[in-house]
Amino acid sequence: MVGQRLLFGAITLLAVSIIIASSVELLPGDVATAILGQAATPETVAALRKQLGLDLPFYQRYGEWLWNFLQGDMGISLTNERPVAPQVGERFANTLLLAALAAAVAVPLSLALGILAAIYRGGWFDKLISSSTLIAISTPEFLVGYIVIAIFAVELGWFPPLATLRHDISFLERIYVMLLPCITLALVVMAHMMRLTRAAIINLLASPYIEMARLKGVGTARLIVYHALPNALSPIITVIVLNLAYLIVGVVVVEVVFVYPGLGQLLVDSVSARNLPVVQASCLIFAGTYVSLNLLADIFSALANPRLRHPR
Amino acid sequence: MFNTSKQSLQQLSDLVVRGKLSRRDFMTRAVALGVSTLAAEHMLTTSALAQTPKVGGLLRVGAPSASTDDTLDPATLDDSFDILSCYGMLRNNLVDIDERSTPVPGLAESWEASSDVATWTFKLRRGVEFHNGKTLTVDDVIDSLNYHRGEESASSAKNLVDQIEEIRADGKDTIVFKLKDGNADFPVVLSSYQLLIFPEGTRGAEFDKGIGTGPYSLQYWEPGVRMEGKRNPNYYREGKPHFDEVHVIGINDVVSRTAALQTGQVDIMSRCDVKTVHLLERNPNVQVFQVTGTKHYTAPMHVDTAPFDDVHVRKAIKYGVDRQAILDTILLGYGVLGNDQPIAPTMRFHNPDIPQTQYDPDRARHHLKQAGLSSLDVNLAAADAAFAGAVDTAVLFQEHASKAGINITVDRVSEDGYWNDIWLVRPWCMCFWAGRPTEDLMFSSAYEAGADWNDTRWANPRFNDLLVAARKELDENKRREMYYEMQQLCHDDGGAVIFTFAADVQAASADLHKPDQVASNWEFDGHKVAERWWWS
Amino acid sequence: MNALVAPVSAFGSLWRSAPVSAKVGIVIVFLWIFIGLFAGVIAPYGETEVVGSVWQEWSAETMLGTDQLGRDLLTRIIYGARNTIFIALLTTVLSFFIGITSGFMAAALGGWTDQLLSRIVDILLSIPILIFSLMLLSVLGTSVPVLIIVLAMLDSTRVFRLARSVSMDIVVMDYVEVARLRGEKLWWIMRREILPNAVAPLIAEFGLRFCFVFLLISALSFLGLGLQPPTADWGSMVRENAGAISFGILTPLIPALAIASLTIGVNLVVDWMLHKTSGLRDEV
Repeated sequence: MVGQRLLFGAITLLAVSIIIASSVELLPGDVATAILGQAATPETVAALRKQLGLDLPFYQRYGEWLWNFLQGDMGISLTNERPVAPQVGERFANTLLLAALAAAVAVPLSLALGILAAIYRGGWFDKLISSSTLIAISTPEFLVGYIVIAIFAVELGWFPPLATLRHDISFLERIYVMLLPCITLALVVMAHMMRLTRAAIINLLASPYIEMARLKGVGTARLIVYHALPNALSPIITVIVLNLAYLIVGVVVVEVVFVYPGLGQLLVDSVSARNLPVVQASCLIFAGTYVSLNLLADIFSALANPRLRHPR
Repeated sequence: MFNTSKQSLQQLSDLVVRGKLSRRDFMTRAVALGVSTLAAEHMLTTSALAQTPKVGGLLRVGAPSASTDDTLDPATLDDSFDILSCYGMLRNNLVDIDERSTPVPGLAESWEASSDVATWTFKLRRGVEFHNGKTLTVDDVIDSLNYHRGEESASSAKNLVDQIEEIRADGKDTIVFKLKDGNADFPVVLSSYQLLIFPEGTRGAEFDKGIGTGPYSLQYWEPGVRMEGKRNPNYYREGKPHFDEVHVIGINDVVSRTAALQTGQVDIMSRCDVKTVHLLERNPNVQVFQVTGTKHYTAPMHVDTAPFDDVHVRKAIKYGVDRQAILDTILLGYGVLGNDQPIAPTMRFHNPDIPQTQYDPDRARHHLKQAGLSSLDVNLAAADAAFAGAVDTAVLFQEHASKAGINITVDRVSEDGYWNDIWLVRPWCMCFWAGRPTEDLMFSSAYEAGADWNDTRWANPRFNDLLVAARKELDENKRREMYYEMQQLCHDDGGAVIFTFAADVQAASADLHKPDQVASNWEFDGHKVAERWWWS
Repeated sequence: MNALVAPVSAFGSLWRSAPVSAKVGIVIVFLWIFIGLFAGVIAPYGETEVVGSVWQEWSAETMLGTDQLGRDLLTRIIYGARNTIFIALLTTVLSFFIGITSGFMAAALGGWTDQLLSRIVDILLSIPILIFSLMLLSVLGTSVPVLIIVLAMLDSTRVFRLARSVSMDIVVMDYVEVARLRGEKLWWIMRREILPNAVAPLIAEFGLRFCFVFLLISALSFLGLGLQPPTADWGSMVRENAGAISFGILTPLIPALAIASLTIGVNLVVDWMLHKTSGLRDEV
């Protein structure tokens, strides 16, 4: 099963690369007009196109790129003529670090809060948690970021508002400047995970076997942790994985607010510059992350649900 | 007792020198503290001496418009982050523009022109060294300028150097330019931020090493993120620069940039949010300053396309906008009114006699009637890529014009690709001009018939004749007259609605010494903040 | 006559049976819908009318102050309710319809159908949604219908994942097996067997997805794409006024609070429905 999924993963990546290449092609303008901006003239645009090889037909450029990519060569950035691989690699490492930090805070906290809210369903604790997560979830990320900056950086002065880094700062320093974006991201994803954990467990509490256990006199906490939770794991894992994927893939707004040099920012810049080799490399990294996280989620869900292990 | 009063007096006198306290107030307070007038005078002089540049320290600049696609290639510099790095720190021009917008010697020690101003001879400064130890020669200069010329060139400065017919060396330290036609402003052209001098043969990725003759040498460069420079001890200008190190940090979001300045993460920033700058001013650690230069916000109409081909329609539209309301709302007063001609009030030949067009719905209706219309429906394309607040400006314009029977539909388009797909293409859109240092450059870039960036497609024969004549005219008075008339023509007949000249609103740490005169050609003191400022 | 009385009395009994929290939710949602429907009557000024200077304080004339162009904020919020609820509701309903149908189909049919649908969704999902919508909207333009369709299409992939994963657990249940053996049609099985048993997590998701639409519009406007001005929508309003927050001006919080209150209202109702459908007794 895993082997088959890996094959599908590879096909997914190929399809993504075709979609991306054709979308960038469809976007108005190209890298030449993007570089020259307001200062473009027809002659300079034509000259730049020729220098960059953009005068070749689309399929030929794509084929060339694919051939090189399959041999492990991600190509050269069209705008600054640097090799793409190290650029993208470094940004991706930054993104992963931020995502890991945020997940380390958000996942255990939201599971615990979700379970507690399910246990005390209808009580004041549940209501407090539910409405505060709803407020957190319905606030745009950049506003959460601005509020966090206004409180912790401008007002209290505890943390710097910028998470801009040099490569050579120490690990502790790195963690320190990353705390504010980390808090912001955790706030953004926690609400979603917590609510679905709660919903999945409540849903299961209606099942006949739980009723049975309850009739046998099993206590509420024990009921939830030993009887309900194992069966709620499948949807919970799906949600956690979707949110992990979001932490890696969807954080461009937070990166802009905190000036954090992550892959999302690079991708947005490259899209607006029509810098295809960088767009391709970043999108494929995101897509690859997504595919492998999903594979993991499905493996875990299968392990959690015995019936799925033996499909008909 | 005496010591404390002396100390506080010292602080007061520093305030005088920094321009935050008047001289008279200082004297009154000094006498009140029991200090003789003479001693107080002395104190002021010492404080003024403290104004001699102090060397050292680190300057951190919060620069907007940083992109991971930025390079240190002079041909593709596009906005503050890379221009400040490249032109403000690493490299030099043959000619510099000083803080009063006058051309002064840079890497060229002196220059002279032939009588028809078509041949220019520049003398190269001797003994200037690049950061890598190589001595600057005429070959470096010629190669650096040729980089932007010719068929193959993809430089954003190609337009500027197209007027050069030939560049040749004449001996070891003389360079002769032969122009296609006379141009009295040629030295100013050479001061453009793209026309930087680099070691001969530098191409492609080599540019990212940042080798130049500039006041700082490159220590660290990560496109779109940060640039770090260290003082160049061999800089050719005596006693400059003043900082040990300068870091340029790319911060695109204005709220984040402001927070960075408020918390001392950066020392100077540009493009403050004018809506919150009055709140920033209350911060005692921050000095806010504004410079009105040549930057202007326009809405160019294609005069060859209906309905804009009728001068009365153009006039109706010009009377249908409340420029004062736009200045007050979009810029909160940080700027001056535009009058449909691009020569800024700070420029040498600005014509102050053209009456300001006022918002007048009745007059607008009158002109509509003259054009044979009772009402008018037009589309205006807008995106904030044109300038910050362009969409809001268009929305206000729509509100104003509706009272004159002009129904504007604001077509909000994608910011992405704006300059390629909207500007010069749509018959009417929002636009931004950074302005040019000379009247000739401004007019020939955007108003001369057939110019690449003539965004109104305006072709006025009288205007074009005047433009060519004024370029070669050396008599200042005659030249002034010509430029005055050209501005009048633009105002009356041209296709650009020019709303405002916007001020660069910038803010810096209060401990930075800000020169009395701050350059108006670009933000960050003409991008020379790293060379001209120091820590007080 | 009956046609009118029946729903009213049905609503009456529903209302009496609802717990307090659900009543609060219903009131909030209906209040916003009412405000949205009658925006033209309620609003003190015109949608785009400039009534004062920028970011004025609260006063008798402008009860919530003015926005970044000097327009009355209360008026903008009222008109914003109309545009925002309309867009968000339509987008979410469309995305749920597409997502649930295809998700159940994948789970119920299995085999190649499942593979094909899952792979297509995987491909779409693996491209970052913000970037993908940014590109699509740049190509197609940002008019309201295009915005709704693009966002619904992209969002439905998320609904698909959830619907499929929830119904995967259901299709292996015995009662589905029985229905299959009875020879029931696919559509019947999806509607009568899978949907009722999968409805709880889906409803919970609906409440959240609904507000994600505002957030996506808001984020798109942060990155330079948004609705056509001068249309008021809460997501763009937060963005337009956000700069004030670091100086303690609360204007941007007002549209954010409007979004939050609607989200809370919708979710309170959703929670109640979740409660009813899951068949749980009140005391646990």
